Amino acid sequence: MDLFQTLQTGAGAWNPLLWLVALAVGLGVALAIRSRGRKDFREGAGRKPFISGNEEPENAGGHVPASNLYWGFLESLKSYYARVVPLHTGIPTDYVAWLLGVMALMLVVVLVV
Amino acid sequence: MDTFVMRHLPALLIAVPLLAAFLMPIVGGAGRVVRNAWVVLGALATSAVGLALAWKVLAAGTVLYVFGAAAPHVPLPMDSGGIPIRIIFQVDALSALMVVIASLSSLGITIYSLAAESRQSGLETFYAMLFLLVAGVLGMVSTGDLFNFFVFLEISSLAGAALVAYRVDNGVAVEAGLKYALLSTLGALAVLTAIGILIGQYNALNLATLASRMQFTTLDKIALVLLAVPLAMKCGAVPMHFWTPDAYATAPSSVTAFLVVSSQASLYGLFRILFSLYGDLVHFSWATFGWFLIVLGVLSMFVGVTMAIPQKDVKRLMAYHAVSQTGYMLLGVGVGLAVLGNADALAQYGKTAMAGGLFHIINHAMYKGLLFLTAGAVFYRTGTRNLNKLGGLGHDMPWTMVFFMIGALAIAGVPPFNGFASKLLIYESVFRFSPFLSIVAMIVSILTLASFVKVFHSMFLGPRRAEFAAVREVPVPMLAGMALLAVFVVAAGLAPQPFVDRLIQPAVEALVDRAGYIAAILGGN
Repeated sequence: MDLFQTLQTGAGAWNPLLWLVALAVGLGVALAIRSRGRKDFREGAGRKPFISGNEEPENAGGHVPASNLYWGFLESLKSYYARVVPLHTGIPTDYVAWLLGVMALMLVVVLVV
Repeated sequence: MDTFVMRHLPALLIAVPLLAAFLMPIVGGAGRVVRNAWVVLGALATSAVGLALAWKVLAAGTVLYVFGAAAPHVPLPMDSGGIPIRIIFQVDALSALMVVIASLSSLGITIYSLAAESRQSGLETFYAMLFLLVAGVLGMVSTGDLFNFFVFLEISSLAGAALVAYRVDNGVAVEAGLKYALLSTLGALAVLTAIGILIGQYNALNLATLASRMQFTTLDKIALVLLAVPLAMKCGAVPMHFWTPDAYATAPSSVTAFLVVSSQASLYGLFRILFSLYGDLVHFSWATFGWFLIVLGVLSMFVGVTMAIPQKDVKRLMAYHAVSQTGYMLLGVGVGLAVLGNADALAQYGKTAMAGGLFHIINHAMYKGLLFLTAGAVFYRTGTRNLNKLGGLGHDMPWTMVFFMIGALAIAGVPPFNGFASKLLIYESVFRFSPFLSIVAMIVSILTLASFVKVFHSMFLGPRRAEFAAVREVPVPMLAGMALLAVFVVAAGLAPQPFVDRLIQPAVEALVDRAGYIAAILGGN
């Protein structure tokens, strides 16, 4: 039991063993609910998924590619990305300029403070 | 024999990987089986020495080793005039933490690489460079000599650049290696200039001696900037992180996983300089450099994760997450540094924040190493890192998928994995310093989870794709390497407090105890 002692954070605590017990209880409840479902259901013909009335796409056609995910998030932060992405030029001299720039800034701060 | 080995562990820590590296071209000529056996032997011996040394430090306190001395444990020989004249390794609890990280990671990564790189040519050079990189990292985190630190920094940088360029990849990898080499060299030149300034003033290279003589003159301040900023760049802090996605994405995955540890060795150097060399001086404004780390940390966390989300190259995405996770370490330790002059705040939450930051270093090395290895496994079977072209791999690579899930949940700070434990320490302690910073850290974790849900969906979910019909699970050595890191991720998550008590808390105490660091070499207190 000493292995699973409570992690003290100074302001709070977290016990992984209690968390595992809670997880097990949650899984038990989920399985209990699942067991109350229809027992006569079988996968197979005539049980196509409902996709807003559209036909189920062939094989891999139904897989949403990575670029299409989080479109809304990227769209809402468009102005942020328009500023930050161009900074990543891939040009080594730009990388050096950032290093020297931060160094110069820190030098000013340290000498002034 | 046992006593001899235990007495000379710090020397063996460097000698073993160097021997493995330098004999590799000769042993490699004897065939694949002999070469692989030599690689495994070298990795096992290096890890065993590293773990034994860490065990010794954590059990009995700081280990000193004077190279070339008749009595290696005596830092000040009778005829030295009270000056440590030789190279001294000073392995305290913080160094021990870093040695454990490098030892465990290098073992898992080397085993993984046996299969992952088996199709490549020039493996003698590859493994020679990998062992040099390991030696460089172990030297950086063990030495108590500033010039020696520079030498090991150079060894790790040059070996790292060569390994980044190892897979030529139509010149893309060579370009990334060149960028890494250019920035590393510039950073090392700045470090060398700082060393010149310090030796010119204090006539010493030993860190403890320099710390004891430090006057905090204008030249010392200039030297501090020349040391701290390049090391922050080497650990991938925003806005000096640009080399990270280039180098991490193009290097072989086994190399990328250890480049993460190499970056963390630079982070160790940064903390060592700020706390052990410059900290605890009445003239020094702790808050200034504390906030320097905090600002770099918050920028790294936020810019790293937001740049990761739109990426289509899985390793580039993970590289940006490495930048983001480094931000947590900078934030945690930065809060500790900012309140170093306030004993109450340091006791109430400063040390906990530092513990969270240092715990996150070892956790990150394990789960990010694991994630890079899973990305390498997918590349090994599919030949692409493009998330738009991947999908359905969970059907045929179930173990890789499970290891990816463990790594992804850990990096997102989901219990019961190790990332949660260190992030919880950071959230709750940083909240008492500044609720805003803690909230930013939590938001970044949510975005991290979102980003890895995208990667999980793109690589493993969906129906089987026709172009990956021949894909099957990766060879056993690759699974074994991933399993080694995954076991740590789960173990440190299920039992975090023993890790904190035995490994992290002593490292925190070593970091804040500047007087103790000096006294270990010069005596007195």
